[in-house]
Amino acid sequence: MSAVTNQGREHATGSADAPALQSTDSALLPSARPVQLVDPDGHHTPDERYPSPSDESLLGAYGRLVAGRRINDQANALVRQGRMAVYPSSHGQEACQVAAAVVLREEDWLFPTYRDTVAVITRGVDPLEVFTLLRGDWHSGYDPYEHRVATQATPLATQLLHAVGMAHAAKLRGESTVVLAMCGDGATSEGDFHEALNFAAVFHVPVVFFVQNNEFAISVPLASQSVAPSLAHKAIGYGMPGERVDGNDLAALLAVLGSAVSRARDGGGPSLVEAHTYRMQAHTNADDATRYRSADDVDRWIPKDPLVRMRSYLSGLDLLTEDGEAALAAEADAIAAVIRKGLNTDVEINPAELFEYVYAEKTTQLREQAEQLCEELARAVEPAAAGPDSAASRTEGNQR
Amino acid sequence: MTQTTEAPAGNAVGQSDTPTRAAKVTSTFAKALNAALADAMEADPAVLMFGEDVGPLGGVFRITDGLTARFGEERCFDTPLAEAGIIGMAVGMAMNGMRPVVEMQFDAFAYPAFEQVVSHVAKMPNRTKGKVRLPIVIRIPYAGGIGGVEHHCDSSEAYYAHTPGLTVLAPATVRDAYFMLREAIASPDPVVFLEPKKLYWSKEEVDLADLRRTFDDGEAPRRIGRAVVARAGTDATLITYGPSVPTALAAAAAAAEEGRSIEVIDLRSIVPFDDETVSASVRRTGRAVVVAEAPGFASVASEIVARVQERCFHSLAAPVLRVTGFDIPFPSPKLEHFYLPSVDRILDAVDDLQWED
Ligand SMILES: Cc1ncc(C[n+]2csc(CCOP(=O)(O)OP(=O)(O)O)c2C)c(N)n1
Ligand SMILES: [Mg+2]
Repeated sequence: MSAVTNQGREHATGSADAPALQSTDSALLPSARPVQLVDPDGHHTPDERYPSPSDESLLGAYGRLVAGRRINDQANALVRQGRMAVYPSSHGQEACQVAAAVVLREEDWLFPTYRDTVAVITRGVDPLEVFTLLRGDWHSGYDPYEHRVATQATPLATQLLHAVGMAHAAKLRGESTVVLAMCGDGATSEGDFHEALNFAAVFHVPVVFFVQNNEFAISVPLASQSVAPSLAHKAIGYGMPGERVDGNDLAALLAVLGSAVSRARDGGGPSLVEAHTYRMQAHTNADDATRYRSADDVDRWIPKDPLVRMRSYLSGLDLLTEDGEAALAAEADAIAAVIRKGLNTDVEINPAELFEYVYAEKTTQLREQAEQLCEELARAVEPAAAGPDSAASRTEGNQR
Repeated sequence: MTQTTEAPAGNAVGQSDTPTRAAKVTSTFAKALNAALADAMEADPAVLMFGEDVGPLGGVFRITDGLTARFGEERCFDTPLAEAGIIGMAVGMAMNGMRPVVEMQFDAFAYPAFEQVVSHVAKMPNRTKGKVRLPIVIRIPYAGGIGGVEHHCDSSEAYYAHTPGLTVLAPATVRDAYFMLREAIASPDPVVFLEPKKLYWSKEEVDLADLRRTFDDGEAPRRIGRAVVARAGTDATLITYGPSVPTALAAAAAAAEEGRSIEVIDLRSIVPFDDETVSASVRRTGRAVVVAEAPGFASVASEIVARVQERCFHSLAAPVLRVTGFDIPFPSPKLEHFYLPSVDRILDAVDDLQWED
């Protein structure tokens, strides 16, 4: 048996010579209902398996929730104003976003997707660096090593394998790092999702796979994506536990993800958490959601809003006062103001950088191409000095 | 036709890595790769080797033979059967300080990993402005000439060469196999390392311990981005790489008997491409044929022709020709010899270089 892989199964010497199922196997199956600790009305619904997070941590996370909603609103506004190309909003999914970030320690890693901007910012990455991608001045604007947040992945599920590699290397190096890797419900159909779960289980590495099931992959509903009893049921097929959680219940998310992270850190291996939530807005601002779902469908989720729910809960316990709420709103406004100001300021772009990072050292060909672009640009700013055959005068000619 | 003196064949020109020795020690291409892996793993604990059947079995071509026994199963190990998984995991490991070397079992079985290679391995350093480097080596037993059945003989270099961010190497000699693999593993950039299957059993007089000392002492000349004159000549240049190098050398030897002096350039490094060595040769000889096993349409060979005519137009006495595979899926074992560039086909192309003008 390999030291780097999972515990091998004992092969039973029964008549069929196939491995006997172990009585603990069914423990890998998720709960019959998504774990919930606070119902949509803000009432505590205890679950003996998952102790409620402390008031202090809930209040702290709630502040991030308020900021998360504000970030989504601000980003949408900036797209409407033409300051950003596009924004895949996590409106309605902010509890997932916040929980994914706050359950991690400094030494841990987060592997987010394009929709997980709020999680990335919650983890501490500078919002303006995060929005580099969407404002369009480079593909990724932050240093992944600074806050241990991988680049936001666009090719679906590909980042899950990177998370496994990160965790595998951490394990070989004897580090206590846990890796939390995010994806959507649609992404669970990708081959890389399956390969990542299988590799993580076989190599027994500390990864928490966190699926935000928001019921849609652009226009395609979950029912067209999978007919498994739940997405969390996929875990048992790889020999890891799966769990389902109310994705609009911040308390339950903190408890369930927190427990999965602890398990991974203690050498328990990978697990899969499926959060049931809803994408309240279109896929991105470029999408028209009325073509595939009704307003009624969306309205059904309004009473389940994660923000309202947590506010009711905390207010009901007198943990959140009007003053406290106002202070959190002011903090969120301050973040929004920074984002607004940053995105309304044009950043200088340097076309010479196009050639800088393709290889550690520019190839001869890239050096030539960089020079070519540089010359073209020099000619463009000195049209007066240009001769009749110059590119600049040709451009002018074309415009006449 | 001009009569010329012949330069020594083989690797002698432009190479001086190894001190000449009296003892006749030989090694195969496969053994040189195996030694390069072992030496790299010995030199740097961050070097890991993984893939399908590369553990106790030592790989289907035995290139990783003995590595698990020597370095332990944490450093050379089998993965589940999933190529995207292998390369995707390598990305994460490289992000966390490792230098993964992965084996794709055969050329055509690297295709499931294409998205990871193109969208992440090649682009991650660029995406992050160099903050994340991915020193990954993707070893691919590649190309035909071994009587392999379908899916085991593809020349897939164009896919990789067309992807900015990847270094693409194809050694053709035992010595280069060793040094280029060591260099690939040491490179900060991701490398697609194409190992011509039909050369695995080729032999050369080399002492692998000498090669190790030469490399570890920093005395091996750089090979990434550097082509080499594999045979000097004056009348025409054959530009080639990987599995076609021995064929081109054989054609040059045959041409010499007919009184033509043919230079053979072994590119070794497809990306970065050594325009300088190639152009210098063609400017001297004035005639060129590109020889490569992959289908010719939209191929590396096409790119070389374009580059040569852009740079050497006024030195050319004839159009640059290509001898490549036909534009068909790689044929079955009994038919492959019709497809592969042969000495005769190369000599025919050389004959077509408008000598009478
Ligand atoms: C490999 C791949 N195929 C297709 C796409 C285009 N695409 C972007 S988002 C998306 C839907 C993903 O749905 P889901 O995984 O549920 O995540 P959500 O957008 O709902 O957060 C699609 C099809 C892509 N980014 N990557
Ligand atoms: Mg979705």
